[in-house]
Amino acid sequence: MINLIKGKTSDWETIIGLEIHAQVKSNSKLFSSASTKFGSDPNSQVSLVDAAMPGMLPVINEYCIRQAVKTGLGLHAKINHYSVFDRKNYFYADLPQGYQISQYKYPIVGEGKVIIDFKDGNSKEIRIIRLHLEQDAGKSIHDQNPTKTFVDLNRSGIALMEIVSEPDLRSAEEVALYIGKIRSILMYLDTCDGNMQEGSIRADVNISVRKPGDDYGTRCEIKNLNSIKFIKQAIEYESRRQINILEDGGKIEQNTLLFNVQSGKTKPMRSKEEAHDYRYFPDPDLLPLELEDKFIKDIKEEIPELPDQRKKRYIDEFKLSNYDSSILTAEKEISDFFDLVLFTHKELRSSAKLVVNWITSELFSILNKNEINISKSPISPDYLGKLVLMITGNKISGKIAKDVFEEMFNSNKSPNDIVKERGLIQVTNTNEIELIINEILEANKDKVADYKSGKKKLLGFFVGQAMKLSQGKANPKILNDLLLEKLS
Amino acid sequence: MEFITIKETAHKLKNKDISIHELYEIFIKRTNNNLDLNAYIYFNEEKIHQQLSAHSATTNLLNGIPIAIKDLFCTKSMPTTAASKILKDFQSPYESFVTQKLLNQGAIFMGKTNCDEFAMGSANTTSYFGNVINPLSSKDKPLVPGGSSGGSAAAVAAKLCLGATGTDTGGSIRQPASFCGIVGIKPTYGLCSRWGVVAFASSLDQAGIFANNVEDSALLMEGIAGYDPNDSTSANVNVPNYCQSINTDLAGKTVGIPSEYNVQGIPEEISIVWEKAIKKLESGGVKIKRISLPHTKYALPTYYIIAPAEASSNLARYDGVKYGFRSELFSSLDDMYELTRREGFGKEVKRRILIGTYVLSSGYYDAYYLKAQKVRKLIANDFENAFRECDFILTPTTPSAAFPIGDKEDDPIKMYLNDIFTVPASLAGIPGISIPFGKSNNGLPLGIQLLSKHFDEQTIFNVASFLEKNND
Repeated sequence: MINLIKGKTSDWETIIGLEIHAQVKSNSKLFSSASTKFGSDPNSQVSLVDAAMPGMLPVINEYCIRQAVKTGLGLHAKINHYSVFDRKNYFYADLPQGYQISQYKYPIVGEGKVIIDFKDGNSKEIRIIRLHLEQDAGKSIHDQNPTKTFVDLNRSGIALMEIVSEPDLRSAEEVALYIGKIRSILMYLDTCDGNMQEGSIRADVNISVRKPGDDYGTRCEIKNLNSIKFIKQAIEYESRRQINILEDGGKIEQNTLLFNVQSGKTKPMRSKEEAHDYRYFPDPDLLPLELEDKFIKDIKEEIPELPDQRKKRYIDEFKLSNYDSSILTAEKEISDFFDLVLFTHKELRSSAKLVVNWITSELFSILNKNEINISKSPISPDYLGKLVLMITGNKISGKIAKDVFEEMFNSNKSPNDIVKERGLIQVTNTNEIELIINEILEANKDKVADYKSGKKKLLGFFVGQAMKLSQGKANPKILNDLLLEKLS
Repeated sequence: MEFITIKETAHKLKNKDISIHELYEIFIKRTNNNLDLNAYIYFNEEKIHQQLSAHSATTNLLNGIPIAIKDLFCTKSMPTTAASKILKDFQSPYESFVTQKLLNQGAIFMGKTNCDEFAMGSANTTSYFGNVINPLSSKDKPLVPGGSSGGSAAAVAAKLCLGATGTDTGGSIRQPASFCGIVGIKPTYGLCSRWGVVAFASSLDQAGIFANNVEDSALLMEGIAGYDPNDSTSANVNVPNYCQSINTDLAGKTVGIPSEYNVQGIPEEISIVWEKAIKKLESGGVKIKRISLPHTKYALPTYYIIAPAEASSNLARYDGVKYGFRSELFSSLDDMYELTRREGFGKEVKRRILIGTYVLSSGYYDAYYLKAQKVRKLIANDFENAFRECDFILTPTTPSAAFPIGDKEDDPIKMYLNDIFTVPASLAGIPGISIPFGKSNNGLPLGIQLLSKHFDEQTIFNVASFLEKNND
């Protein structure tokens, strides 16, 4: 897919690479036993190691290693049997050690790939360069006192996975799809809670522009974006800024930028003179990390069905479209709901598309309106399945099903009970329907004549009247067939 | 009564020849009579009495024994300063693994001993709390005790305690032991936990022991060694009963004499002591093997790249934000860092932070740090090869006897040369012990150094014990 931006002199292509920082889902921190719980009182989850007390030493949390390996496997990536933790040295008030323990030359995970799916059914492969583990920093709080900055170290030392992509992304849209896909994979794997509002996923965006076919231009890095909306805004602003500079005959200066949410603009984080030299070197407090084959093999066996595999299953088994399948599988909870409907009601497998429609239209809309997550849906997969079964079994019409659906949501009752209580069972008895038709045709003789003289559009009128008379319960197909027969 | 060795003192305590309170009256008095040595940064009689009143007698040999603790070990009952202004009022809320082990065995802490600031020095002259005087000095000409663990060495040599902990990064136990005429051992890297020890250079720092004789040093070594899951570089190995297992029958063993340690300009008195020790070993049935450690000459420059590099990062945490000294006058965060560290660190520490920062800088990393790591590997290989031909290695500990305070202060390189014989073993991570063996022309003690394979401390205790018994 080619996404070109129109400039004054030519078309431009945006080249984007992403560094995604995902917090590892783990009860304790990467190198200490302090809790990782979000939203606790400031500095209530800080061990002696996290506070960098004199003589304190990091000890690797094996669970975080498992999570990183699991994520690597989920990204179809190479797991490195040998990796090294390095120190990235810089001073900041919320970095107690004066260095961040990270992985530089030897990351735990090497090259991998992720597939993103477009609305039109096309897909694209985005290459992953590496995934490495590192410590999160604490938080500096500047807005509680006019002259003071407070430091909260609860986040200090929480494990992050930095997932670095090749510059394979070409638009804000692709970036949004890519982040969504990574988030989805991490959540299927249960290696990150995926909560962007709480900062569990943040991204640094590397961006440059070029004329199609040219070499890569000079890139700028926009740091620390934590919502897809802002990432899109930042990319759109920044690519336009770079194009304007180049079209005016200027040059792009390689720079680290921050995106201002209020102004919607990017601005340099620091000047060139202030550029950091991080002085990476292997952390002498930690031995190189060596993973045995068995360790990796055991984790491989824990890998659940991932979105791409599920998608393929939906396409192969249920003949769903690529797009429907990716909508369903984007969120594990949606896909789980869908799977449960078909698992409980195997006879619906041939009507999977109808189930999808009910989930993605009626269910989504009512859940969104009420701000309820699908995992807490008042309509269970079982009941939704029962409802769809009544439609496919010609027990009720789609229109009546919508009313039943509403009531299911409000009352938690089964659709069968609702239909029974309200007497909504569809009329399929030909004689009964014939009586209704006769009544309608009798009452509208003039229109019957019009129809017979060529006004075929009137068929809809007769159907509507007959349906009304049946209180919506007449089986539409039988009604239709009988009407045509009578009018011919 | 003398009370110089642990064994003898433990015996007398057990037989009730002396009460523990009487014993500490003696040691407190000795300490008070020697305050001019400046061996302790923290000495508080009250703290000793508190420990005594909480004390209960056990059969452990270290029970009730007075031990001095280098002020690099974090202790809950006493402040921990690393001899730096930047930590001058620091009170640790935790006890280091090593000192906790000693406490568990009933040892009594006499106080926290003076040392070079963050263990950076070879003369104990960089301490914020002033220099330490070698107890063997004459009144008119004070000598250095060596460094960095100068206070611990002086305290043991002056009998202010029966043993002391030290840390050795490039010679900081063996060199002061040599200068003060006592025994000092740096065990294999990884034998003692570094947890709770203020870090200087993490890949080299190792806790060790000072004592008045080899047996006591073996006993204390047993007392502080052991695996600690909180130190990722701690080795999970069995700690033998060094003291009980000492065997001075060396017949059939081979000693390696490295030709490279016969450096140009080495004073004759050093060579004489070295030769004397070789002869003694020969008389004990030890085969003499002339060996080569070809990369020895690169050890000192290698050390002075790796150690400052690690230090520059390890000391970044002293920034005035969380604990320790913070400069009062600042107008911004960067300003606070600058002033805090400018005022809080001494000259030598700053020098090493600058060297370390430089060698890790982008564009210089490969030429310095990476190359130094490669050379370090070659030096370790030298030892590995040598130990295929010999059971242990014998060298002088230092290129000179203790020198007057003030000497070499104007030239850091001269000062660094003090560590020329001790640094290679540190880089290789192998154990080394220094024992007094002979005297200089001025009657000052000279040390001899014994090195062995990783985790083969027993061999050097055996040989050290043999030489101690045959030292005339």
